[in-house]
Amino acid sequence: MRMRKVVLAALLAAGLSSVTLGVEPAAATTFRYAFQGDLNSLDPYTLNETFSLGALANVYEGLTRRDENLKIVPALAESWEIVDPLKWRFHLRKGVKFHNGEDFTADDVVFSAERVRLPGSELATRLPADAKVVKVDDHTVDFVLASPNPILNAEWDSWSIMSKSWAEANGATKPQPQTGKELNNFALKANGTGPFVIVSHEPGVKTVYKPFAGWWDKANKKHNVDEVVFTTIKSPATRVAALLSGEVDLIEPVPVQDMKRIQDNPTTDVLTGPELRTIHFFMDQKRDELLYSNVKGKNPFKDVRVRKAFMEAIDIEAIKSKVMRNLAVPSALMISPLLYSRGAEFKRLAYDPADAKKLLAEAGYPDGFELTMHCPNDRYVNDEAICQAATSMLARIGVKVTLQAQPKAQFFGRAGPAGGYDTSFGMLGWTPSSFDSFNILQNNAGCRDEKGNGGPFNYGGYCNPKVDELAKQVLVETNAAKRDALIYDAFKILIDEVAFIPLHQQALAWGVSKKVKIPQRADNSIIFAWAQKQD
Amino acid sequence: MSSYLVRRLLEAILVMVVVAIVAFTLFRFVGDPVNQMVGQDIGIAERDRLRAELGLDDGLLVQCGRFIWNALHFDFGISYKFRAPVTDLIAARLPATLELSLAASIFAIAAGIPLGVHTGIHRDGALSRLIMAGSLIGVSLPTFLIGILLIYLFSVTLHWLPSYGRGEVVSLGFWQTGFLTGSGLRALILPAVTLGLFQLTLVMRLVRSEMLEVLRTDYIRFARARGLTDRAIHFRHALKNTLVPVVTIIGLQIGSIIAFSIITETVFQWPGMGLLFIQAVQNADIPIMAAYLLLTAVIFVTINLIVDLIYRAIDPRIRMSGRV
Repeated sequence: MRMRKVVLAALLAAGLSSVTLGVEPAAATTFRYAFQGDLNSLDPYTLNETFSLGALANVYEGLTRRDENLKIVPALAESWEIVDPLKWRFHLRKGVKFHNGEDFTADDVVFSAERVRLPGSELATRLPADAKVVKVDDHTVDFVLASPNPILNAEWDSWSIMSKSWAEANGATKPQPQTGKELNNFALKANGTGPFVIVSHEPGVKTVYKPFAGWWDKANKKHNVDEVVFTTIKSPATRVAALLSGEVDLIEPVPVQDMKRIQDNPTTDVLTGPELRTIHFFMDQKRDELLYSNVKGKNPFKDVRVRKAFMEAIDIEAIKSKVMRNLAVPSALMISPLLYSRGAEFKRLAYDPADAKKLLAEAGYPDGFELTMHCPNDRYVNDEAICQAATSMLARIGVKVTLQAQPKAQFFGRAGPAGGYDTSFGMLGWTPSSFDSFNILQNNAGCRDEKGNGGPFNYGGYCNPKVDELAKQVLVETNAAKRDALIYDAFKILIDEVAFIPLHQQALAWGVSKKVKIPQRADNSIIFAWAQKQD
Repeated sequence: MSSYLVRRLLEAILVMVVVAIVAFTLFRFVGDPVNQMVGQDIGIAERDRLRAELGLDDGLLVQCGRFIWNALHFDFGISYKFRAPVTDLIAARLPATLELSLAASIFAIAAGIPLGVHTGIHRDGALSRLIMAGSLIGVSLPTFLIGILLIYLFSVTLHWLPSYGRGEVVSLGFWQTGFLTGSGLRALILPAVTLGLFQLTLVMRLVRSEMLEVLRTDYIRFARARGLTDRAIHFRHALKNTLVPVVTIIGLQIGSIIAFSIITETVFQWPGMGLLFIQAVQNADIPIMAAYLLLTAVIFVTINLIVDLIYRAIDPRIRMSGRV
């Protein structure tokens, strides 16, 4: 009898002691969010990646910023004018303070312009290498260019301005190098002009922010939070559980299969919107014989009819509704229509398997052929499932595709420039970091050599000198309407020649507590300065 | 004794070298680390420069040799992803894993032994049958599933316990402990139960079968004949004699708890070594993977060595055969 009591007591002590402890409620105005990846270095020039730059944009500011619709608006620069095509003048805002209390001046801009172009910086593309930055007075800076550049300031919202004197005092005038043996002082500290200050930062675990009392734009602040806590939660199920239990207010990304659950839960909801990344299939059009196919002696993808047949075989509506559960916008173009004014003028080649079969027969493959497809399986939303769906759709027109889906590290190691584009057919996603079509024409459609020089993310090796020529003109044309017309001509060629098979822009999905109101911008940045939380 | 120790140490070094070589052979297949390090806009030339700087262009043997040479100097390099020395990263994550392992072991022992004793003594009781049936769950359900079930029950539905993380930690020099704060202790419960459940059932079933065995022996019958109380028989005589194999198993299991807490740490976002390792695999972060695998080997080799030495201390027969 006594024995039984001992066992019960042990059981209680081991398993159920939790009951009396309870969980304290979270502080009312702490905004907590969780992301699947880490925030590593706090040096704003170390990593050119959406999440890191988005997180640091709450702490650092650029000369410009983007509003909710991604329109460029003034930030640290009050205004600017193009004096002549080779000279832009920026008038800096007065009365701006860094977190350590120092004033923001033209010297900081000149310093940041140098630092961002030093070795080790991944943001060197923010500013042409041969551009000169000249201080006119304490609050005026000239950017003198070697050639006209209509999109000079397109990416300046993520080019953080750093304090010259602070960097010098902390021995961090150079960016944290990727292979460095030691961390520089910027890597774990931050000193910007932005609305939030970093209070503590444990890489890979947790980062805590507090509002900056001396922020220049405080009068217009939209948020009501006293503290922001960011945590990495890697496992999707745990991330969802943390949202459902109210331990975090926002999670990103939301696994597609858990969306309904989050919507059905009375205290949470899913915020969705189109993202800027375009998912597409590439086809090797460079080699004279495909590496992974049973067609020998020639490359079927060099024939536009084959490429057209592949595109017509893809039932994009089925992929949208079945694989993506309607969280995708089918795309005719390689760029999101949000980023190109005339994007809506293009139509996708319609799904037509009968015509696709006919085209294949005309091209000399009445019985189809065999091919291997390479896809990542942990990079894009449902990447492997999309490729699987495509293989069965292509089977209907007689093309036997063997799918090889790999984790992203292996996939990019093989199919990208590092592996010598060791692939014949596969999937890639691309976001133009400048939010501009030129980026696509250069990176995805530019003629390249075997090593990738010219168009590193042109995995299929498509090449048309006419497109390259148009791209060159787009780069220097400063008249917006003329520029858009040139872009239109280039995109028209890409579509007529089926240089790629664009699929869709996947949707952004945030799981959000109903206590929180926060606008979702299409570039997936989480902007604390817009976060409203109720009790 | 000392020659035995020297021989065991030489064996240990051999094991480590083999682990390093096997690990390096595997690293050929993890993909391109440089692509994981840089953003999409970085040019080919810059990527090539990085690859050369990291020594990824060298032959496998050269890379492996360099790693072993540096490891001998306790230099495991810089993590590609975190851009911090691997030694520092592991040192920062080790306390979390050790505290979780300790809590899981204590849970397994503190609950496993009494449950084993009970089911051993009352082998046909209703409660015993229930416990035995329940223990099947601990043996057969995969860890990640148990973790997720516990999260959904205790965090999402009942709101009693946190679903992720380590709570508030207190820094004691280089050691960050979660044992000293309320939120730290609460955060420990679910992961420790998840990690310890399998060990608990193992300990319980072992104690039970040992108890059944011992209770059939003659000296227990004599003890009963002498009129000793049930309590004295069960705990002073029977339980003590079941503990030798139990201690051995527990010792060996502690190694696997530390090394294989990977799944539990991933499910609960526990900031320990296992989570660090999983992230490293996804990022092709070779320095972290190499150091972690070596550390795991060290833990196993050390525990085996200690267990062997303890054996020799308690059982003279092994000492004799050790000289052959």
